[in-house]
Amino acid sequence: MVAAQETAERVARIGVDQYRYGFETLIESDKAPKGLSEDTVRFISAKKNEPAWMLEWRLQAYRYWLTMTEPTWARVHYPQIDYQDIYYYAAPKPKKQLASIDEIDPEILKTYEKLGIPLREVAILEDVEPPPGGEQTANRKIAVDAVFDSVSVATTFKAELKKAGVIFMPISEAIREHPELVQKYLGTVVPISDNFFARLNSAVFSDGSFVYVPPGVRCPMELSTYFRINERNTGQFERTLIIADRGSHVSYLEGCTAPQRDENQLHAAVVELVALDDAEIKYSTVQNWYPGNSEGKGGIYNFVTKRGDCRGRNSKISWTQVETGSAITWKYPSCILRGDYSRGEFYSIAISNGFQQVDSGTKMFHLGKNTSSWVISKGIAAGKSRNTYRGLVSANRNAAGARNHTTCDSLLIGDKCGAHTVPYVEAKNSSATFEHEATTSKISEDVLFYCIQRGMSQEEAVSLVVNGFIKEVLQKLPMEFAAEAQKLISISLEGSVG
Amino acid sequence: MPLLEVRNLHVCVEGREILHGLDLTVNAGEAHAIMGPNGSGKSTLGHVITGKPGYQVTAGQILFKGEDLLALAPDQRAAKGIFLAFQYPVEIPGVTTMNFLRTALNAQRKARGQSGYSTPHFLKKARTVAKQLNIPQSMLKRGVNVGFSGGEKKRNEILQMALFEPSMCILDEIDSGLDIDALRIVAEGINAMRSQDRSMIMITHYQRLLNYVVPDVVNVMSKGRVVKSGDKQLALELEASGYAQFENAA
Ligand SMILES: Nc1ncnc2c1ncn2[C@@H]1O[C@H](COP(=O)(O)OP(=O)(O)OP(=O)(O)O)[C@@H](O)[C@H]1O
Ligand SMILES: [Mg+2]
Repeated sequence: MVAAQETAERVARIGVDQYRYGFETLIESDKAPKGLSEDTVRFISAKKNEPAWMLEWRLQAYRYWLTMTEPTWARVHYPQIDYQDIYYYAAPKPKKQLASIDEIDPEILKTYEKLGIPLREVAILEDVEPPPGGEQTANRKIAVDAVFDSVSVATTFKAELKKAGVIFMPISEAIREHPELVQKYLGTVVPISDNFFARLNSAVFSDGSFVYVPPGVRCPMELSTYFRINERNTGQFERTLIIADRGSHVSYLEGCTAPQRDENQLHAAVVELVALDDAEIKYSTVQNWYPGNSEGKGGIYNFVTKRGDCRGRNSKISWTQVETGSAITWKYPSCILRGDYSRGEFYSIAISNGFQQVDSGTKMFHLGKNTSSWVISKGIAAGKSRNTYRGLVSANRNAAGARNHTTCDSLLIGDKCGAHTVPYVEAKNSSATFEHEATTSKISEDVLFYCIQRGMSQEEAVSLVVNGFIKEVLQKLPMEFAAEAQKLISISLEGSVG
Repeated sequence: MPLLEVRNLHVCVEGREILHGLDLTVNAGEAHAIMGPNGSGKSTLGHVITGKPGYQVTAGQILFKGEDLLALAPDQRAAKGIFLAFQYPVEIPGVTTMNFLRTALNAQRKARGQSGYSTPHFLKKARTVAKQLNIPQSMLKRGVNVGFSGGEKKRNEILQMALFEPSMCILDEIDSGLDIDALRIVAEGINAMRSQDRSMIMITHYQRLLNYVVPDVVNVMSKGRVVKSGDKQLALELEASGYAQFENAA
């Protein structure tokens, strides 16, 4: 059809070139020698002043990694990665030992300012719209841990959190200050013998966030980490460990950006969550790594392992993600529903444009009795991108009464993109009820014209329709992130920075 | 100068000519009716005036306040005050009617160099207009036209017209699917909008709308052209004798 052709052309013009976070910061950095060997692992461990047990753990992971090759089952394509051509550690060179935020390199502070991330301890008075249906809460606080390349540069509101008994600090510090907690939980959800990228991460991770919420405590503020890759040829391997002890509650946000570069950069993070009896963890991500330019050059390879363990009875873990960036996304936040009556949730918005490739989804492992999981995935594909939802739901023999409901909707913009749904279901228990619904639709000409006839530009119309499509999931995000995510989504689809 | 002038308009869809030299002149303040058999090109005319993609204008011109309308993008035409109430309004899931109205109105205002309405100001305005049209507040919170009855969809079109205050209103079968009371409410809404510098084009098949909104000019369309224009009497004649005479004439 003529009209469909025109839309395809219009969408083709919607570029991905104007990545808003594509600036670079000029600071000296302290790098490990290029390449990966036992020496690299030792170098990183020494840099971090780690205890011997930590080094042993890393070396063990490295040896596991050596025995394995990269997975190829995902619906993504990329040239062979040369693991010897990557820097595994790059820290911004501190002029001296840092005692407070005021001593952080002003260049770094400026970088985070440009990103809109408050590193100073100020309560944030957001002048944003509440997400549709959400509550308007003025004057909310967010504690931020900022990770620049491989190192955590600042954690705000530390003192106030300490009063509540919440530990929120860079994991490198936690290894030294709370070894008993780290040793007890690290690698218990994603073991060092896990997948290829997780093994790599375990060997070379340099920083990340650590959270421990003691029994019965409701964390008094949102916890947040911002990751930024700045150095060239640097891999970023952060490690996050969050433990919600009995009856506690925590909400954690994660945001990511990277500068525009011609070469691809590797990001292989591991996130482990542990929820004990009656505890609840809400983990939200707004991922906006550089997606590459309109010819498909550059961009982040995002190979991430995120897994939550509902270890306790009646515990709950909820993943919410908005994925707009990265050249390639390979990511399946999962829940192990071990405790009876535990619940896992996965709410996802994955947007791909240009030449982006997304292979993402979730895995829900039902092990305990009467466990339940709830999945809503909204995939949006534009340009020449590929967007795959890959989901696994399994019920163990003992998982009597397990329930899952999955809704998986895809929206196509133009006709050069593709969306796929790959569900895997394994029920070894006859009392399990698994439901799966999937739809694929295109933004219709008539809907766009209706909006445009009412005065909206093409971009505004697309953004409005897309926002309607993802609303259900957007509402799951904390308020501040919902507003930011909404902006990001318009940007990643428009390409026109306003 | 006429508000809208269509001269010798030829339009093709997928290589097939649908409008074959259509002429129409609408002066400011006039209410026009366009009547004609199914498939004669009435909706097509509305789409071409508002700039819907997929139509090729092969000859002729459309002037709005003397300006070449075909040179403008569809959203620019909307901002200039051209409004089409669709024969088949679409549904937009997940986008509340309120949000839609506000986004649209502020986009138009921005294009005209006016400042956007603040949320409270807008809400007040929208609620007032909705009340006049007997549209319940709950409808404004629902997805645009999602699950609306045929009549509710039409009322929602009139709500938008009342809110945007366009100067050229094209109403494509606004009376179809309305019950007797809804027809009266919609007609009152249209009449309330009539003014010296606003014009209406009502595409309709039935006299009953024209009983409420009395047209200044009635145009008969057949096979892609306006074949006859007259006063309100012409509509009554059509009601009695049908289109046969014009089909042959065309
Ligand atoms: N997009 C299109 N593709 C193909 N044919 C089209 C398209 N749009 C309109 N037509 C054809 O053009 C002719 C005029 O259609 P139009 O919708 O303008 O008629 P109408 O006068 O509004 O009819 P009705 O009274 O039934 O609403 C019809 O024959 C229709 O099939
Ligand atoms: Mg029609």
